[in-house]
Amino acid sequence: MNRTLWRRFKSNTALTAIYALTGLALVPLGLVLWYTILKGVPAVSHPEFFLNVERPVGIPGSGISHAIVGTATMVGLASLVAIPVGVISGIYMAEYGHARWATWVRLSSDVLVGAPSIALGLFAYAVLVVPLHHYSALSASAALSILMLPVVIRTTESAVGLIPGGLRESGLALGLPRWRVSLQLILPAAAPGVITGCLLAVARAAGETAPLLFTAFGNPLWSIDPTHAMSALPLIVFRDALTPYQELQDQAWGAALVLVSMVLVINLASRWVLRRQIRLAGQL
Amino acid sequence: MPDRYRTLTAFVSCAAPAALIVIVLTLLQQAAPAITHYGPAFLVRSAWNPVTLDFGALPYIYGTVLTSAFAIAIALPVGLAVSLFLAEPGAQGIRGAIGTGIELLAAIPSVVYGIWALYVLAPFSLHNLETPVTQHLGFIGFVSGPPRQTSFFTASLVLAIMVLPTLSAVSRDVIRAVPRGLRESSLALGATWWETTWRVVLPTARAGIFGATILALGRALGETIAVTMVIGNRDDIPRSIFSPGYTLASKIANEFSEATGSLYPSALVELGLVLILVTLTVNLIALLLVRSTQARMAA
Repeated sequence: MNRTLWRRFKSNTALTAIYALTGLALVPLGLVLWYTILKGVPAVSHPEFFLNVERPVGIPGSGISHAIVGTATMVGLASLVAIPVGVISGIYMAEYGHARWATWVRLSSDVLVGAPSIALGLFAYAVLVVPLHHYSALSASAALSILMLPVVIRTTESAVGLIPGGLRESGLALGLPRWRVSLQLILPAAAPGVITGCLLAVARAAGETAPLLFTAFGNPLWSIDPTHAMSALPLIVFRDALTPYQELQDQAWGAALVLVSMVLVINLASRWVLRRQIRLAGQL
Repeated sequence: MPDRYRTLTAFVSCAAPAALIVIVLTLLQQAAPAITHYGPAFLVRSAWNPVTLDFGALPYIYGTVLTSAFAIAIALPVGLAVSLFLAEPGAQGIRGAIGTGIELLAAIPSVVYGIWALYVLAPFSLHNLETPVTQHLGFIGFVSGPPRQTSFFTASLVLAIMVLPTLSAVSRDVIRAVPRGLRESSLALGATWWETTWRVVLPTARAGIFGATILALGRALGETIAVTMVIGNRDDIPRSIFSPGYTLASKIANEFSEATGSLYPSALVELGLVLILVTLTVNLIALLLVRSTQARMAA
């Protein structure tokens, strides 16, 4: 009897510990969000913050409009390459997944997800900054597109994989060629899942700092020319947070708040889209 | 008739493997001057002097390994607990919400963790963790003082938070893949929840959990910005974990855009090459482990 009680006690203690540790794991999420809002709100509550460009310390009215535009430009350019290439690769792997080549693509994209982003920055520097002799937003986009590629590939593959085989077979039975079946039948059905992958990739790219340090480099002025240095939100956070000036630190927190809100909104939106996809695929 | 659609899509899908190969080759080519000039001794020497062009990677390799290993040591028990919690049946609503919360932890950009760690976590850890430990256990070299805000320890803490989602999400999937029959047989024999988990579920999922841990290790090794903001930037191999240090990634992040000449940037690229080769190998091992476990349990 005593022994049974002891075993039950041990089990309940372990269960409590697991609940407690799970709670502990959520603490940082809460704290990061809380402090980012707490310290970021004073900076973002001035409209100039979204309208002006950076001003030197001591001059009021500094803003980060150029960094928001810079992030949008660079991520947009990266998406132009990464999304089509990633979606087509993903379709290939879902359609011909048993081919030996597909196994290699799958493995290499899984490995590529884990490649350190700073190394991608070094690569883009060697390939695009050195030959052009100056920093450019274009080189940053190249690094970001490599970062986005594996995310798009793997989510496209799993979204297309969710589509029941019956749909493909009905298309083929009607005499449609394979490419029309996969592009006009399967892809539209899998669209929400594919969009999820693209959104996740965009969110990931928008938050990356390391590949931008020596490619986009940063720029205190307004610039939308992708062949020149450009600012980005993560660069503002990184550089301003490490300065001793209170104003710049506040600006860094403000930029961090903008960045976090952007990334979390994209993430939650992608979850919502994905849930629709799963429901839709169930109805097919 | 040859399937042109298949050929075309297969050709486009070359992008990912090609990118991987081209990146490694480019870094190899860029690092070539340093590799030929310093030879293998580069990896085991402790020196960084851009004026005399005397470079060695040991302090950065040490810092990278130490912070990542310590981060995993913190994240593993917590991540395992989270994954056990998430994999349990019942109350799917609350489990789903907590799972989403943990996954959102992965979505927060690295630089935001960095600024939070610099202004919130570092002072907290200095006053509440580092100072008491150095006061009471300071006679042990590894935890001796003086404590600093920017240190290996702070960097490890923020890394632990950052790898937690990877660790718990992958472990959860592996634990969920453990056949229900095994769990139910153990419970039917009268084992408690904990005995079932400890003696049946975890041993079955062992290889996969190991894989998840290594995957998280790969993330920790390559993490740059958050670590750069709290590591303290010291070109040395300090005795204590509470001292400032450096990692491979943060060395590159801090110095590459200011490196002049040919040997200096090349030495920095060699650091990057070491980093990417180690990370890719670690990732590959982890992936193979996770996949083989899932395949075995599905069979």
